Amino acid sequence: MSDGNPITLVTGASRGIGRALAEHYAGKGHLVIGCSRSEVDDPVDGCEYRICDVSDETAVRGLFSGIRADFGGLDNLINNAGIAAMNHSLLTPASSVRKILETNVLGGFLATREAAKLMRPNKYGRIVNFSTVAVPLKLEGEAAYVASKAALESLTYVLAREYSAFNITVNAVGPTPIQTDLIKGVGEKKIAALVKRQPIPRLGEFSDVANVTDFFIDPASSFITGQVIYLGGL
Amino acid sequence: MKERITKLILDILEEMVDSGQIELETAIKSDMELYGESGDLDSMGLVSLVLTLEQAIESELGVCVALADEKALSQSRSPYRNVDSIAEYAIGQIEEAR
Repeated sequence: MSDGNPITLVTGASRGIGRALAEHYAGKGHLVIGCSRSEVDDPVDGCEYRICDVSDETAVRGLFSGIRADFGGLDNLINNAGIAAMNHSLLTPASSVRKILETNVLGGFLATREAAKLMRPNKYGRIVNFSTVAVPLKLEGEAAYVASKAALESLTYVLAREYSAFNITVNAVGPTPIQTDLIKGVGEKKIAALVKRQPIPRLGEFSDVANVTDFFIDPASSFITGQVIYLGGL
Repeated sequence: MKERITKLILDILEEMVDSGQIELETAIKSDMELYGESGDLDSMGLVSLVLTLEQAIESELGVCVALADEKALSQSRSPYRNVDSIAEYAIGQIEEAR
């Protein structure tokens, strides 16, 4: 781990959970690097931003090469970047599926791979991927999104094993719906019906997510890897 | 360039031996077999060598190269088979990146 403040990269940091977590860790004194596809309108104080499309391998390599040059390493990756499309599969074009898989699976893989390369020399690292309760709920109307997140969970299990030799842990958190841009297009009734299927039937808060990411990136969590924790009791 | 990259590889191998990451049957030299049937590196040893070499090239030459790209993995004769072949492959990648 870094001698000074922990160095934490948050992908998808421009809004929603990513922005909230960038703010959370900047507030805790981490040196936070926020990554997003475009300029951030409302930057978090104390957070440094980089523009990067996580599905672009060259761009991701450049992002991590820059972090290595500017900060010398990386302690934590909050691998949050993701997109969703909520449509019945019969109304989902291939282009939409491809875009979801490229961002959520390929992007998740590339960020994890490059982070592990950067963490490896220090023999320390914490990677937290983002799944969703839609996976265990097998949520109809989100087939491509659910499939992409299920793939990301599989990557989490396998990469946890591959990176354990470097003392890098890889875990995932599966949030319930939270009032973010990602669900703003979903009708209230649909969200209410989804929440009702959770053992603890309420919308999630950013602090619920931060509670799990805090646990995963805690240096004391060195014996916790390859785990997926869902919020709401799923 | 070839000499410089070869030296980087040999230095990395020496460091890996010193730190106990790998055990070599033979002394470190530029024509030694590395990966494959008669090589001394296992897959984790190869991972360490390739990643450390990528970072060393970036630090020393300021060029960001991928030594584990599709081209390397699809070649019928692996570029990782010995020190010389890795050096040749790295030089090709550096020239391409420039």
